Amino acid sequence: MFSYRPWLLPGMCLAIFCACLLCACGEKGQAPDTLRETRAQPVELVLLDGRPDPSVLAEQQVLYRGNGEEPQTLDPHRAEGAPSANILRDLFEGLTTEAPDGTIVPGAAIRWNISRDAKTYTLYLNRDATWSNGDPLTAEDFVFSLRRSADPKTASNSAAMLLPILNAREVISGEKPPSELGVTSLDEHTLQITLVAPTPYFLSLLAHPSTFPVHRASLEEYGERFSRPGNLVSNGAYVLKSWEMRSSIELEKNPFYHAADQTLIERVIYLPTEDPSNEVKQFRVGELDWTYQVPNNQFAWLQKYYAPELIISPWLGSYFFGFNLGQEPFIENPRLRKALVLAIDRDVLTQKVTQYGEKPSFGLVPPGIGDYAPAIPDYAKWTQDERVAEAKRLYEEAGYSAEQPLSLEIRYSTNENNNKLALAVASMWKQVLGINTTLVNEESKVFLQSRAQKAVTEVFQAGWISDYNDPFSFLGQFRTGDERNDYNYSNNGFDVLLEQIAQERIPARRDRMMVEAERMLLQDNPIVPVYTYVTRRLVDQHVKGWQSNVMDHHLTRHMYKLKSAEPGGPAPEDLTVQPEETPAE
Amino acid sequence: MKQTGLGHHFASRLLGLVPTLLMLITIAFFLIRVAPGGPFDTEKPLPQEIRANLDAKYHLDEPLLQQYFRYMGQIVTLDFGPSYQYKDWTVNELIARGFPVSLAIGGTAMLLAFIVGTLIGVIAALRQNTAVDYSIMGMAMMGISIPNFVVAPLLILVLAVYAGWLPAGGWEWSFRHMLLPVITLALPVIAYIARLTRGSMIEVLHSNYIRTARAKGLPERIVLGRHAVKPALLPVISYMGPATAGLITGSVVIERIYSIPGLGSYFVQGALNRDYTLVMGVVIFYGVIIILMNFIVDMLYAWLNPKIRFDEG
Repeated sequence: MFSYRPWLLPGMCLAIFCACLLCACGEKGQAPDTLRETRAQPVELVLLDGRPDPSVLAEQQVLYRGNGEEPQTLDPHRAEGAPSANILRDLFEGLTTEAPDGTIVPGAAIRWNISRDAKTYTLYLNRDATWSNGDPLTAEDFVFSLRRSADPKTASNSAAMLLPILNAREVISGEKPPSELGVTSLDEHTLQITLVAPTPYFLSLLAHPSTFPVHRASLEEYGERFSRPGNLVSNGAYVLKSWEMRSSIELEKNPFYHAADQTLIERVIYLPTEDPSNEVKQFRVGELDWTYQVPNNQFAWLQKYYAPELIISPWLGSYFFGFNLGQEPFIENPRLRKALVLAIDRDVLTQKVTQYGEKPSFGLVPPGIGDYAPAIPDYAKWTQDERVAEAKRLYEEAGYSAEQPLSLEIRYSTNENNNKLALAVASMWKQVLGINTTLVNEESKVFLQSRAQKAVTEVFQAGWISDYNDPFSFLGQFRTGDERNDYNYSNNGFDVLLEQIAQERIPARRDRMMVEAERMLLQDNPIVPVYTYVTRRLVDQHVKGWQSNVMDHHLTRHMYKLKSAEPGGPAPEDLTVQPEETPAE
Repeated sequence: MKQTGLGHHFASRLLGLVPTLLMLITIAFFLIRVAPGGPFDTEKPLPQEIRANLDAKYHLDEPLLQQYFRYMGQIVTLDFGPSYQYKDWTVNELIARGFPVSLAIGGTAMLLAFIVGTLIGVIAALRQNTAVDYSIMGMAMMGISIPNFVVAPLLILVLAVYAGWLPAGGWEWSFRHMLLPVITLALPVIAYIARLTRGSMIEVLHSNYIRTARAKGLPERIVLGRHAVKPALLPVISYMGPATAGLITGSVVIERIYSIPGLGSYFVQGALNRDYTLVMGVVIFYGVIIILMNFIVDMLYAWLNPKIRFDEG
């Protein structure tokens, strides 16, 4: 009944499987010659008056962007998280917007006046600005939108962005009606916003999705469905063409946008990329021009073979561990806290443990915020040996010794990176000071709850990634009684200084006060700084016009794609002789 | 007589579905709320006022029992409510969009697994204890033991990145986009079905009625095709009920790796984000599917196995 080739099927399967295995093993070591990928190289960029020469542009100006998780919503006022915000910045334009390098530039408002007390902003709108359906964009639209954003009925997660505006807190909490919000239209094209206190970073809040305008008529017509394709009317460089849930979101150029003639990318397609290692594969086969991130475990390999495409740049975030100052052994024990801060070797943590190019840090505020020079404690300049010696001295002064070692607990949210870091920090404390550390990892929501209860935590994983480009975002969480103050930190002098900073309207003086506040905070050692974040992604070399910036905001309208060099032009890059160093930022 | 028995069985099974579902909903409802943390606990704690607005919008500020009865009242009308996480969509819409994708991939995978699995299982049984048998069973063991999060990236690496034949990820309704996910999903099921088929086929081949059939001089083709294979499939069928329910409601691993917009991720994403309505929606949906599948299995059993009849009681 069966022919005499019984080996054929299983044999073939086995052969295919072995081949797969072999290929996969090759991946780990070096890229074998037979599997070398030859990526097309772009032509050389030629700029005419700062703009790309049309002859070097690719015919198809279509950009494929990997965008992490599926965005939660395209309603700018209810959105949270980078995936939503990336798309919203293409669809909408705030009163201000961002240049490629992240600086705040005029958006829907072409200019503004700030009153002497720095509490009243008068913004003059672009008279030609329209919505994507041709309706004029007026000051009244912004009044309506800001009121909606603060309205308790909208239940916006990011309404905290509006708190600098007069009466915003009362409106959000329902004590005052939305019409009491400090926003009025002086005429059709002039908007006035009144603030509670001088807020030097206020213009950057006007580029945040929670202050974007929404189209009143379509909101009234479609209700919560106004952000669906076909319904969504926006005022940015792009309009929503289609949204296939968890497959793709396609935007196309908005012909009504005021700078439409300078927008080169015709279509941008956002693809959800939940699995970072598959995202890299999609990039390698050309399905993506821009990745959302790169997987940690392939970082070294990418550094080696994708050096020109791998972009690493500083990000506005810090990773640290927090002490619960209301919990023994940390109550009134500054020497112990300082010993713990000094005992860890940040170079080892970033270069050997995490290895993704993070910058070791001794402070709270990351570098890269305007002119702000973060407070750096003096021990940052010591050698590690000096720090270790001082740590041992302080540890003994605090009453511990090899015979009477301290027992501690580090609590963190379960993920590979946190796990590796907690383990490394625990072993450093053990090695230097002889501390016995227990590691407790919890599922993220469970962890957040235990942290917020402040009852069980001792040392816990923490960190901060800022929503706006200002050091105050980092300092505010340490105010006595702040919702975010999981550290039980309370320093009267620090609180007073924060109040003064909030009232200060001269930027240079305010910066000095913030440095002073940060220094004061670090002296109390409520945290163990570890590193400041970087962003890492792959960008196809054909994509130009973007720049690295600390906010990691990259508006598609600034970008364009170069065409590929003719075959037979410059030789394809030789993957086996790539330099190992990371590309310049 | 037999007809009314079957009808009666139908009706009683359908009625039995109601208390099962009710229990499932109740347990799931309270269980997800017992889990520490809520949908709006984020890395950056929200100010009190904002938190209160969110709770009020989704009625999370009400007493638990009131929330429960509100929810029960809502699902009677088949309305699963808005998703907390995907704020632009209702849970009904999410299921309506995710299920066809999962059904297509899972259904195709199951069909493939059934055909290939039974085929190689039967071959292995007929060549029991030969090299063919051993190699098929060896492969099957491998298929069961290698997890799909290993197989999937491997297939992508070889067939998409190196060979360039198939897309590396993303989703469109096309054969090219379905092929790899279907294979990945089918592999362990093929292996499992092959092992089941082989085992029961060997048992059937040693039974008396097969010996009788052969003694009567029936050709081997008839003996196998008509008398042996049908009963040998019984354990396969009972395995396939719940397995199909699992496959057609999506797999979180496959969906993540291949970026497929199916149902599977909602179970995990929903639970991790404490997206109560989404979790409840997919749990209820999965419950209904699995009850239906078991029901179909029972029907198939009756058809395949003359020992089971419903008109006895």
